[in-house]
Amino acid sequence: MLSRVADSLYWMSRYLERAEHTTRLLDVNLNLMLDESAASAERRWRRVLQALGWPKDIEWTGEPYSLTYSMTFDTTNKASILACIISARENSRHVREQISTEQWHRLNSLYLQVTRPELQMGKQTEAQAAGVAQPSEFLQSVMEAVHQFQGVTDSTMNHGEGWQFIQVGRYIERASATALLLEAYHSDLWGKGEGNEYLDWMGLLRSATAFEAYCKVYTADLTPDRIFEFLLLDEEFPHSVRFSIDSVGCALEKIQEKSGKSRAEGLQRLSRRLQASLSYSSAEEILREDVIGYLRGIQSQCRAIHDTIYELYVDYSIQAALAG
Amino acid sequence: MQTAGSSQFEHAALKNYLLDHAYDEMFLGTGELHAHCRQLLEHFTSLPEEELQRRKQAADLSFLNQGITFTVYGREEGTEKIFPYDLVPRIVTAAEWATVEIGLAQRITALNLFLKDIYNEGRILADGVVPREMVYSCKHYRRQMSGLQVPRNVYVAVCGTDLIRMENGEFVVLEDNLRVPSGVSYMLTNRRVMKRIFPELFRSYNVRPIEQYTQLLLGALRSLAPEGRPEPNIVLLSPGVFNSAYYEHAYLARQMGIELVEGRDLVTHDNIVYMRTTNGLRRVDVIYRRVDDDFIDPLAFRGDSILGVAGLFNAYRAGNVTLANAFGTGVADDKALYAYVPDIIKYYLSEDPVLKNVETFLPTRPKERQHVLANLDKLVVKAVGESGGYGMLIGPQSTAAEREEFARKIEADPRNYIAQPTISFSRAPCLIGNELESRHVDLRPYVLFGDKVTIVPGGLTRVALNRGSLVVNSSQGGGSKDTWVLS
Repeated sequence: MLSRVADSLYWMSRYLERAEHTTRLLDVNLNLMLDESAASAERRWRRVLQALGWPKDIEWTGEPYSLTYSMTFDTTNKASILACIISARENSRHVREQISTEQWHRLNSLYLQVTRPELQMGKQTEAQAAGVAQPSEFLQSVMEAVHQFQGVTDSTMNHGEGWQFIQVGRYIERASATALLLEAYHSDLWGKGEGNEYLDWMGLLRSATAFEAYCKVYTADLTPDRIFEFLLLDEEFPHSVRFSIDSVGCALEKIQEKSGKSRAEGLQRLSRRLQASLSYSSAEEILREDVIGYLRGIQSQCRAIHDTIYELYVDYSIQAALAG
Repeated sequence: MQTAGSSQFEHAALKNYLLDHAYDEMFLGTGELHAHCRQLLEHFTSLPEEELQRRKQAADLSFLNQGITFTVYGREEGTEKIFPYDLVPRIVTAAEWATVEIGLAQRITALNLFLKDIYNEGRILADGVVPREMVYSCKHYRRQMSGLQVPRNVYVAVCGTDLIRMENGEFVVLEDNLRVPSGVSYMLTNRRVMKRIFPELFRSYNVRPIEQYTQLLLGALRSLAPEGRPEPNIVLLSPGVFNSAYYEHAYLARQMGIELVEGRDLVTHDNIVYMRTTNGLRRVDVIYRRVDDDFIDPLAFRGDSILGVAGLFNAYRAGNVTLANAFGTGVADDKALYAYVPDIIKYYLSEDPVLKNVETFLPTRPKERQHVLANLDKLVVKAVGESGGYGMLIGPQSTAAEREEFARKIEADPRNYIAQPTISFSRAPCLIGNELESRHVDLRPYVLFGDKVTIVPGGLTRVALNRGSLVVNSSQGGGSKDTWVLS
């Protein structure tokens, strides 16, 4: 397939995953805020910003709704939900013929829904005046739309090379976002034992749609180390880092089968090494040693995988391609 | 002008049907039906109004769902509209089509010989049949093409010729489109929709099929591949999603099973063109290009183009890749050069043109200039470099100030203008609301030239949907309808 097409499908998927993650983080924390004092609210929102990688030009001003507004609708902020949805839709438009009509409809109507003019003007004041209900409703509908898009993608698109690139984009974004989320919580909360942190731990789990899944495995007894283990190393939970990296590896192997690259060894080594590390490490071990270092290592390995995918399939030099 | 009275048309659906000196595709001047239109009229007048509206909605919905839209320029990005579609098919009889077919084949053959000649030995110029300055002053003349051999000497592989019907019913050529003609996807989808919405009517006529167009196009492109490339890699080069015809590019690529590429997908190395795939570079042999000459190679033509492929022209010159259409074909569809096409046909083929031209006056000829300036109120003046219905003066509908302005422009730059009599081209019945009314139509058949000339029996019938309008362009209130060529 054309490199440009692979590129667009990959980013379409990545941007949507990013939009969904940001949406959920905002929604979960707006909701938890209701139970908390102003002092812990500040700490919470700083943690949210850290988990989103400190988006450029966004500051904590003490006002959760204006933060929510800029993280949702401010298109000058490239990390905002709206900016991500616009980018995803733009990418899909460039490969309109490669995706199914159902996918296009789902994504396009999400785009039309979030770019309605009346939604942006006055959204901020409206949200402040009306309290929590409306932003939450809006954020819920964005998450639902992204979930539907993923379902429609899996059920209507050929599971060929293009679909595999969509998988890679989604899971590589998810793996690094979850690693970053764990990093933010770990540096702030771990081992500090300040008493009633139940809500914070629940917030962490819900930020990765993991609360129910966790309870099924470990019951509602929330202990930090188990949460860490679950979000990082669980083999079956689709938002865990390990599951995400396994999915990336699996999709990359399929892509390699299809495009028959002999030069893919470097890429294979990168993804399999990370896969092996997540499969054979124990949470205990990691927690005993440099946790932050380990989580950052995952993020930098994700970046390396991304760069190598680009070198190999999209942005390769002509000389290298002619020689290979 | 008169509206046909109730004595002429009994049916209520026809009460506003206009008949005058213009040729009508359904009625004779006396108000009697053309024999081949009887079933058509009976069918449409027998359906209850609600049923007609239901079918109309089904057709519109089908266009919308397929995303058959075009982009209107000059508005906010992403302004997409459905191309208006009229339900009443336009019927062309077998005998009429036979003439059209011969005439179009003759014309494309002669124009290809002309292009080969002017870019090589230039006999027709030396013999004074076409003035040199007419060719060299054309803005679509490409000196880079001189002395270049193109495969099978085919410069124009795809051509869309605009035909109109004169008052006597004769088809004449209004314009040749030899660069990147568009609209064929509408011809194909109009037919698909029509067969679904009116299967019973379609079956009652013996309509010749057109569905083979994409296969024939692919065959023509394949036959033009560079030598020694038995399994050529054929691609369609599009300017990208912001182009008004992007839907068509994607549609044709999909129907032919070839890759739809943009400039940034292609690279050249050692005069060979490659496309970037996830599996490395893949050599490209034939490019069906839907990008204008000017934008196709920033090294050879416009340096500011970001749509093109640097080095493409050199690869073409080296014979390693075929472009369809070739560069520089626009010189032969120049509006002023059009006046010479009958002479061009006689010169190369020693035949009389089967399809006539519309009478055309060239201000570059002093006598004709005087005639044009004296009769601006009766003539249609067109700027040579404009298309899409822009830059025109329609004499009878113009103001004195507009005529004065055009007179000044013509004096200042006679080469840039042509004038033609105001022609009332034919009208066909269209469904407007619940009634049938007559609207002006033209016809654009598509001619393919690979190892031989092929024309699918049909074309795009464009309709000026606004009452009284003569402009059929989609950007100015035009629509289209299915065209049925009978066997």
